[in-house]
Amino acid sequence: MHPPRPICSRCLNSDVIFEPVSGKGKIYSCTINRYAWSPDVDPPYVLAEVELVEQSDLRILTNIVGCDIDLVAVGMEVKVAFERVGETWIPVFAP
Amino acid sequence: MIEDEAVISGMGRSDVGRRLGQDPWRLTVDAALAAIADAGLSPDQIDGVSTYPGATGTTPGMSGAGVDDVRALLGLRLRWHVGGNEIPGQLGSIINAILAVAGGLANHVLCFRTVWESTAQAQLGGRSETMRSRIAREATQWREPYGAGNATYGALWMSRYMYESGATREQIGQIAVVARAHAALNEAAVYRTAMSLDDYLSARMISDPLCLYDCDVPVDGSIAVVVSRADSQEIDRSKAVSFRAVGSASGMDNCANMMWGRTSLTPADVDVAQLYDGFSVLTMRWLEALRLCPRNGAGYFVEGGDRISLGGELPLNTGGGQLSAGRLHGFGGLYEACLQLRGLGQGRQVKPAPEVALVSTGVSDFSSCILLAV
Repeated sequence: MHPPRPICSRCLNSDVIFEPVSGKGKIYSCTINRYAWSPDVDPPYVLAEVELVEQSDLRILTNIVGCDIDLVAVGMEVKVAFERVGETWIPVFAP
Repeated sequence: MIEDEAVISGMGRSDVGRRLGQDPWRLTVDAALAAIADAGLSPDQIDGVSTYPGATGTTPGMSGAGVDDVRALLGLRLRWHVGGNEIPGQLGSIINAILAVAGGLANHVLCFRTVWESTAQAQLGGRSETMRSRIAREATQWREPYGAGNATYGALWMSRYMYESGATREQIGQIAVVARAHAALNEAAVYRTAMSLDDYLSARMISDPLCLYDCDVPVDGSIAVVVSRADSQEIDRSKAVSFRAVGSASGMDNCANMMWGRTSLTPADVDVAQLYDGFSVLTMRWLEALRLCPRNGAGYFVEGGDRISLGGELPLNTGGGQLSAGRLHGFGGLYEACLQLRGLGQGRQVKPAPEVALVSTGVSDFSSCILLAV
């Protein structure tokens, strides 16, 4: 599940742990954003929902990096990369 | 059926516009008193209040007044009331009122929706500033680092919808173009200058494929209606608008299926539709969910704009919708539906006089729809 919750919505078990995933996925939907919503992120940039290969409907909101933004499309296969934001690292995806 | 037990006995609206600078309580009181008077009632006969989202933590301007504000301002003696945001879409406040009346808890329920986003955004320095001031920040930690804003969700829905359905921007753009043509006939709409499909296609991109005209317009304003017992002898019955069916299920498709399951009417009986257009793609999704056109067929259905214009087979968002008349958050559509059913549409009146109107609000799992009739 994503975002993580303390209870599993399928079996209601509270014994939920973090599990590594392959980091591979497919773009479910994407957009080239051109508006400055956040002072920390300069437009244009690609926002996407990426569906992970481990489970259908397991989707993560993310940025697509490392390619020409005009080439990003629904259905494209992508792989996780990590970018530093302040003191933490966030998952982003690249072709 | 609960729908048979209640009617909309009156409706009212405040001034609606960009950056009015009026106190949102002023807007609320103006709309409420107009609705109560329209019903032929006085405030001391109002014994219920129902509103969305109430005086809860929202982005500034999203909620202009709560239940208790209105109770105190109008000196109401309430037997029943509810205000909150965890209800089935914005029209959930109407469905709550129907339930209260049908259940005998109230005779006349004042329902209202007040927004003052335009003034709030001007005061705070823009939409992104009002978003950052949201109280429930925890929920945003998974989207803020990626630069997600409200319109980017609209863009992601639109991108996926175009991928699944094959609909084009030329087709989806008709939702905005036709709404603007209808707004030109509505003196209360905020954007009334002519807009062509070329204007739409060349408009500034907010977040591809979503352009400026795919987004509704923040305004200040309040809409109120009174939901009364259908057998009330106190109301002006010549003005009453009936409920035929409500859909309160979670999700647009479930909501629509529930509504059609509560009536013998069918999509072919709908004379005029006011479908939620917070983003134009949502109207496309509602057209399909409500079975007003085939699945993935809304693109073809709206192409050229004739079918959804005044005089077409399904006049849509006849007051200009939220895209051109302003974001009254579902209640603008409700008001327009009542106006059309009562034959008060003036230059934009659907002819012949409509007998059945459909209103929908909300997105994704937050949705509601109501079938109205005279």
